[in-house]
Amino acid sequence: MAASILAVDDSASMRQMVSFTLKGAGYEVVEASDGVEALNIAKTRSVNLVITDVNMPNMDGITLIKELRGLPSYKFTPLLMLTTESGADKKQQGKAAGATGWIVKPFNPEQLLNTIKKVIS
Amino acid sequence: MSIDMAQFHQVFFEESFEGLDVMENGLLNMNPGEADAEEINSIFRAAHSIKGGSGTFGFTTVSDFTHVMETLLDEMRDGRRDVTSEGINVLLASVDVLRDMLTAAQDGGDADEERVKASRADLDRLLAGGDAAAAESGGGDQVEEASAEPAVQEPIGWKIVFRPHQHLLRTGNDPLRIIRELEELGPLDAECDTSSLPALRDMDPEESYLSWDLRLNAPVDKALIDDIFEWVEDDCDFAVVPVMPEGFDPTAAVPEPDAADQVEPAKAAEKPEIKEAPPAVERRQQQGDRRKPAAKSAGAKAGGGGASSIRVDTGKIDSLINMVGELVITQSMLGLLGEDFSIDKLPRLREGLGQLERHTRELQESVMQIRMLPISFTFSRFPRLVHDLSQKLGKQIELKMSGENTEVDKTVIEKIGDPLVHLVRNSVDHGIEMPDERVAAGKPETGTVHLSAEHRGGNIVIEITDDGKGLARDRILDKAIERGLVKEDDNLSDKQIYELIFMPGFSTAEQVSDVSGRGVGMDVVRRNINELGGSIEIDSEIGKGSTITIRLPLTLAILDGQTVVVGEETYIVPLVSIIESIQVKSNMLNMVAGKGETFKLREEYLPIVRLHEVFNIEEPKATEINDGIIVVVEAGGRKCGLFVDGLLGQQQVVIKSLEANYGKVEGVSGATILGDGSVALILDIPGMMRLAADRDSQAGLAMTA
Repeated sequence: MAASILAVDDSASMRQMVSFTLKGAGYEVVEASDGVEALNIAKTRSVNLVITDVNMPNMDGITLIKELRGLPSYKFTPLLMLTTESGADKKQQGKAAGATGWIVKPFNPEQLLNTIKKVIS
Repeated sequence: MSIDMAQFHQVFFEESFEGLDVMENGLLNMNPGEADAEEINSIFRAAHSIKGGSGTFGFTTVSDFTHVMETLLDEMRDGRRDVTSEGINVLLASVDVLRDMLTAAQDGGDADEERVKASRADLDRLLAGGDAAAAESGGGDQVEEASAEPAVQEPIGWKIVFRPHQHLLRTGNDPLRIIRELEELGPLDAECDTSSLPALRDMDPEESYLSWDLRLNAPVDKALIDDIFEWVEDDCDFAVVPVMPEGFDPTAAVPEPDAADQVEPAKAAEKPEIKEAPPAVERRQQQGDRRKPAAKSAGAKAGGGGASSIRVDTGKIDSLINMVGELVITQSMLGLLGEDFSIDKLPRLREGLGQLERHTRELQESVMQIRMLPISFTFSRFPRLVHDLSQKLGKQIELKMSGENTEVDKTVIEKIGDPLVHLVRNSVDHGIEMPDERVAAGKPETGTVHLSAEHRGGNIVIEITDDGKGLARDRILDKAIERGLVKEDDNLSDKQIYELIFMPGFSTAEQVSDVSGRGVGMDVVRRNINELGGSIEIDSEIGKGSTITIRLPLTLAILDGQTVVVGEETYIVPLVSIIESIQVKSNMLNMVAGKGETFKLREEYLPIVRLHEVFNIEEPKATEINDGIIVVVEAGGRKCGLFVDGLLGQQQVVIKSLEANYGKVEGVSGATILGDGSVALILDIPGMMRLAADRDSQAGLAMTA
């Protein structure tokens, strides 16, 4: 069974790009446009990996990671955040919230896949 | 990986332009000196998304530019920078530049470089001016540091001590993953330290107890190793020590590695070797290779052209689908009925046809709904317009808007923009006074312009109200007399005088300003609105302000019409224009100089337009006024009576353009196809008025001659 990935971003174009790339690589992809939506999805089904943007309306990525990490079924799930090069303190906040790691924006599909391959086999 | 990124461009541009609108509105809502966190946050988010997207999709100039804006916004958000009106203006200007850059990128070109540079310079100046100038920190620092580390002698490999903290697993990281990655860099020897492993019954399966001594036998760049540990550097103790060739003491080579002292005891007795077989790596690479073609084939190019799209609320689509479902059911019911029909089934047939009619009408309404967009699409540009204008003119103006969610046909949205801009500019430029004038007149310093929209009886009514000085009635009248538009002894009502400003070539602005132009536009405004099937009215009170009211039909594609017959021809009169239909006796007719044939209707003399004369109908049934019917219509505040043979009935008609299929005909706004398949012309009432006026003035000339 293909690994499932929850992709969270408020920007439709980024979401499409991420989703398209991952689907092309054989992953099952679920999309959400903000933290609240993502959390609801995560609660109703299980995924093998979550990739989330940081800056989003309603619930940002850091809060989402904190919430997810608090759920028993997401204790060990890799949670990656999409961040910009200027977000050094964001990385720290993310780590503190329980993020596994990050992908630095801008990234291309290849970098995305390489990073994903690192965390799910 | 060859994924064609161009397929995402269309979506990227659409959301970026939306983002720009968010930024613009947010900036306009911000007040200097106040940092509304939520407002700044949403502006920041929009900028951030544009930056991220443009970087990802290869528009680096856009992302570089947005980065500077973002930095500025970030500082404002964190309270490190005050929100000044200068800051807001510079950001607003940069939003414009960014919009140009994106538009240019969408068309595959470059934006005006000079403008970009100038705006960039403004942003940089602002950034440098603030005390938070140092906030501009390059993200590449860490990597640079690492790679810049001078290597006196090239190491032949690396000794890595990796001691995860107990909570490592709960960050979603996996030591095994890290070791595997290291293995990809070169041949790796791993020794596991299990000394911290508690007895089985004391063990918490969620904790990590193992440590590793690793030796990477490849002269790779240290930065590559650091990259692998980047995610976990705070969740473990780790040290990377270069292995020097021949007789080099590795521990002496590197002064004080971070965690070397803690790591020392790791060299304890039991060291079971964990060794991944190299084939595993190969296997993974093969997998990676296999994935590539899949992604490639899926990456088919999606059309990237600038096709205009319309966003439709999913609720509307759902109701459409429901409706179509109903229609299909009705159709199959009728089909079944038709298979063996006998006369006793007539009531059921009638019922079915009734349903068909109802569902078709509902479907039609739903489809029309799709074309309906909230007027906020048009209104959204005004906050910026008023902001910029009032700054330029030194006036203080507050723009209030209401009814932005009123839905209007898409064509109306597209066409009403320019006339509205003109009217709002007029209100700002000529209506609202300078602050000192306002204070002297006992009014608040800040003037108000109110833009509102609402549905009122089958029409959209848009009102522009200002609390400025109002129209100068006498000056308009003087000007009109001077220009020969009206005669001195004409007894005009206030309303009629205000109407004069819509006459071609009329301007009262004592000083022509570059804001609202020369006043020649008002007749164009009226014409544009008339073309949309609407009307415009003005109401004003000196010293109190003016109100301009625009009435527009809900939709341009369908019209409620009254069918009238003249000879063999059928015409449609728009129902909204009809006041009443009456029979007139010939003794009620008057010939008035300059007005032609008129009749008296309740103290008013209305000109009569005989349709059979206008359209040269060969054999009208009624040529005598007694035999036909007068349909009293109104347009632009004027009335007239259309003389026709008779009335047929009222029905909704679908408007077809006559201009596109044939050519423009004076007095006709379009055509439609009737139930029996014949074509009927739809009368253009304002056009009929003009025809009547032309004819009458000619008649008047003939009479006076």
